Amino acid sequence: MTTETVPAPGTAPVDGEALLQVDALVKHFPIRQGLLQRQIGAVRAVDGVAFTVRAGETLGVVGESGCGKTTTGRLLVRLLEPTAGSIRFEGRDITHLSTGAMRPLRRDIQMIFQDPYSSLNPRHTVGTIVGAPFRLQGVKTEHGVKKAVQELLELCGLSPEHYNRYPHEFSGGQRQRIGIARALALRPKLIVADEPVSALDVSIQAQVVNLLDDLQGELGLTYVIIAHDLSVVRHVSDRVAVMYLGKVVELGGRDSLYHAPLHPYTVALMSAVPVPDPKRKQQRERILLTGDVPSPVNPPPACRFHTRCWKAQEICRQVEPPLRELRSGHLVACHFPENEPSPG
Amino acid sequence: MKRPHLRTGTGTVTAGEGPPDSAFLSVRDLRIHFDTDDGLVRAVDGLTFRLDRGRALGIVGESGSGKSVTSLGIMGLHRSGRARVTGEVWLDGEELVNADPERVRQLRGRKMAMIFQDPLTAMHPFYSIGRQITEAYRVHHPDVHRKQAHERAVEMLARVGIPQPDKRVDDYPHQFSGGMRQRAMIAMALVNDPDLLIADEPTTALDVTVQAQILDLIRDLQRETGSAVVIITHDLGVVAEIADDILVMYAGRCMEHGPAEQVFSRPQHPYTWGLLASMPRINRERQDRLLPIEGNPPSLIRVPPGCPFHPRCRYALLTDGRSNTEVPPLVPVDADDPDHTVACHLTPEDRQRIFSEDVAPGL
Ligand SMILES: Nc1ncnc2c1ncn2[C@@H]1O[C@H](COP(=O)(O)OP(=O)(O)OP(=O)(O)O)[C@@H](O)[C@H]1O
Ligand SMILES: Nc1ncnc2c1ncn2[C@@H]1O[C@H](COP(=O)(O)OP(=O)(O)O)[C@@H](O)[C@H]1O
Ligand code: SF4
Ligand code: SF4
Ligand SMILES: [Mg+2]
Ligand SMILES: [Mg+2]
Repeated sequence: MTTETVPAPGTAPVDGEALLQVDALVKHFPIRQGLLQRQIGAVRAVDGVAFTVRAGETLGVVGESGCGKTTTGRLLVRLLEPTAGSIRFEGRDITHLSTGAMRPLRRDIQMIFQDPYSSLNPRHTVGTIVGAPFRLQGVKTEHGVKKAVQELLELCGLSPEHYNRYPHEFSGGQRQRIGIARALALRPKLIVADEPVSALDVSIQAQVVNLLDDLQGELGLTYVIIAHDLSVVRHVSDRVAVMYLGKVVELGGRDSLYHAPLHPYTVALMSAVPVPDPKRKQQRERILLTGDVPSPVNPPPACRFHTRCWKAQEICRQVEPPLRELRSGHLVACHFPENEPSPG
Repeated sequence: MKRPHLRTGTGTVTAGEGPPDSAFLSVRDLRIHFDTDDGLVRAVDGLTFRLDRGRALGIVGESGSGKSVTSLGIMGLHRSGRARVTGEVWLDGEELVNADPERVRQLRGRKMAMIFQDPLTAMHPFYSIGRQITEAYRVHHPDVHRKQAHERAVEMLARVGIPQPDKRVDDYPHQFSGGMRQRAMIAMALVNDPDLLIADEPTTALDVTVQAQILDLIRDLQRETGSAVVIITHDLGVVAEIADDILVMYAGRCMEHGPAEQVFSRPQHPYTWGLLASMPRINRERQDRLLPIEGNPPSLIRVPPGCPFHPRCRYALLTDGRSNTEVPPLVPVDADDPDHTVACHLTPEDRQRIFSEDVAPGL
């Protein structure tokens, strides 16, 4: 791919350095009522989230529906205005940048959406869709936009002949590839992908997961991948953040987290994942969480998980457990963690 | 009413034809085709299987493979459209495809019931949960008093694990969470103690935590009542949790069918291999790459000739051209294992070799 104005070497963080830093990030959606639309409460969708994404890595974000994953993703790409907290990209505070000030950054930060059916304009050809970022950003390409788009299509496993076709002529997996091609057009550094494969069949999911993997290797991309499927997240992530009711309750390296999860919620989530092996169903111990996620309008006080936690004690209802590092690089917010490393 | 495309039988089955076997549910050569402007959609094309009471059959396949059309076909819910339904569906000794639609209506809801992926589309937004369960009950128990029917609704909600059922019974569907709505729909489906329950993607829209609750619930209720269950899903993990038997469907046909343990431990069909190999697993170290099935499922208007899977199959070349021309019949895997059947031209030797060398190491 040959786009002009590639950032000067040296400005990009080296692999492993923080590309994105999120601190105490909050997003409350006001609930209004009545003639005067007075605010009577708020949906506390994201309520104090902190993490770092290092250049070249993939951070997976998991949690039940309504836990704030999508809202977090939309905050990161600044599709939503944060209520509080900060977002730093390459060391620069972008939390409250205006639309105009954000525009150059749009090239560096891109989002891929969940639904390959509704996220592409049905009246536009593939060429128009994938070429739009060049036009919007006024980027000149060496051999014209068409050539650049066709190269992108090939990079994503589509055929250059698809240029003049419309989204409805494609299968779900192919549409997701079109969405990925569009996101890659301006050679972003960071891609936030919200449930990029959950609308796809397993056989096709694997094609798209492999594509994301190849592109990361080839283009040195950094990913934040949001998914509710813990098996997919295990496969794609280097580190994983587990969210519950607007908070990160556990954050750690993939292997540490999947081998010995610390938060009871993570343990319960993992135990609920069905495994394609009928022999295993008799042996395994499943922790059944009762009920659903409580409403984020009135989240339970202190530890938000205490209403569903089998280990809850009085202190869990009184004192919010801070996120602390129990193993190297592995943090948890719980008074009585599971699999706690023995002291010494 | 005149329905041009339908064999709206009068209940007359040719003399001498009886139930093909003693199975509680027996589907024979079921075909469901739709006339569309683009051509004939062969959504189900010659499906045969049987299911006994007390057992759960899992039907798996990619989207568009004909799973939902099959379940609606068994329930006799295709009659009004442009659907052409042929073949036989025997339920407890009674044939349904050629039966009087009125008779099928009587059986629906009482002898056989269905739960859907999205409870909101199956429930009426303006009636309370309790009223909807009550109506479902009174359709088949017209003599029952309103009050008794209400008690029955509360009892059913309790049985599916809704807390405070006597209060929640008056709630409307939107006041329930996704998981509770799915429970309420199960309560509605089970209110008349059906002998056959068909669940079409009952947990697909739910979180894993709630999915686990619902699967446990379906399993417990089945144990209690000894009913037969058909569970339709694209998630092999879900079928492994709940199914006794598995039917793998592709392009409207059965590719492989057998006891769950067999299908998972000794899968026989290249498509089944593809499904098993492509999924990431939570209980496995990350391997370098997932193994997708290349290509896409076919259009059911232009189903590939021969084995419908051949354009995507890596082993089609090993069958002397038969994969591209001859439809493989569904035959037993081997003599010791008559219940495990597969539709594939590979020789048993080739299949054994490919499985142990190529497939098993990746599972
Ligand atoms: N009423 C209809 N008219 C025409 N075609 C139909 C109709 N209903 C279903 N089909 C087609 O039949 C095929 C099988 O559909 P079906 O809904 O059974 O698939 P499925 O396996 O349940 O898929 P999914 O997992 O996406 O729900 C599809 O190609 C579908 O488009
Ligand atoms: N625009 C909005 N107005 C009000 N509430 C919202 C809005 N967007 C999201 N929410 C609420 O915020 C919570 C978190 O949502 P979301 O981030 O979409 O969850 P997830 O992606 O994990 O499913 C949910 O309770 C959701 O209903
Ligand atoms: S802090 Fe208490 S309630 Fe919260 S997860 Fe830990 S043990 Fe459970
Ligand atoms: S019949 Fe041929 S194409 Fe079909 S699954 Fe078997 S080997 Fe593959
Ligand atoms: Mg979401
Ligand atoms: Mg379906």
